[in-house]
Amino acid sequence: MTDVLALADDALVAAQRLAWWCSRAHDLEEDIALANIALDQLGAARLLLTYAGELEGAGRDEDALAYLRGPDEFRNCLLVELPDEDFAWAITRLLFLSAHQWLRYGELAAGPDPRLAEIAARAVKESAYHLDHARLWTKRLGDGTPESRRRMTAAVAGLWPFTLELVENRAAWLEIVDGALADATLERPADPADPPTGGRAGRHTPHLAALLEEMQSLHRAHPGVTW
Amino acid sequence: MLFEVFVRPRRGLSHTHVGSLHAPDPEMALRNARDVYTRRQEGVSIWVVPAESITASSPDEKDAFFDPAADKVYRHPTFYEVPEGAPHL
Repeated sequence: MTDVLALADDALVAAQRLAWWCSRAHDLEEDIALANIALDQLGAARLLLTYAGELEGAGRDEDALAYLRGPDEFRNCLLVELPDEDFAWAITRLLFLSAHQWLRYGELAAGPDPRLAEIAARAVKESAYHLDHARLWTKRLGDGTPESRRRMTAAVAGLWPFTLELVENRAAWLEIVDGALADATLERPADPADPPTGGRAGRHTPHLAALLEEMQSLHRAHPGVTW
Repeated sequence: MLFEVFVRPRRGLSHTHVGSLHAPDPEMALRNARDVYTRRQEGVSIWVVPAESITASSPDEKDAFFDPAADKVYRHPTFYEVPEGAPHL
């Protein structure tokens, strides 16, 4: 269950962060693109949370897991919970996350758990598009104006330490990310000696608590409310 | 840059103009078109064309362009006898 919950929480928290961009991106087209990606993440999160609840066998459904857990019960990586400093951060995070998700879902789609394989087979196609979107923007921002390059360099440097928490498929992940960074004429930062970790064990930054407070506020005010 | 978007709804049909959008370049325009115009399975193929590449007839030329066709009935195939049993004509 821990593994499924990690995937689910990565997607759920990423969806919440991406949805923040709705009406804040530089044009309507990017608003829609990021909202689409957020909804893809939310769709995957719902299926994964439902399955995680079944595996747990304690009668918790997707809503109970999304809205009634505190930060220390979330298993998402720290990368997804950090707030975006600017658009470059959003794109860099999406690049790092979607490369990871694409590899993980691809692996699970061919894995032994049929239920997880079914969810992953759908999600891997969506991840391929998220990765494509992030890659194209990385290239344009990194190899764009001096200002976009400065921001992109800062975002890559700022988020890099958090990628060391994504331990599965590191070699394959580096291959994808190195390609995207090279395309954008950006340098890969050095790995820090003591990278931040703990997300998978429920030890989070204060940013997650703030995010959850907003995400769960409606459910707390009106328990069990439906649309 | 402004792009005009054409979507082919199904195999066998033509690409149809569905609207326009902004994008920094053609590659991004194609992605934006996918997100803006094919969210609900509207298409199997997309074309994007820089709006400035389109040469359009002007509303001022409407009379000169289109009115003369109105009284030339001989251009319409209405004088042919349609043979019996030609269902798709």
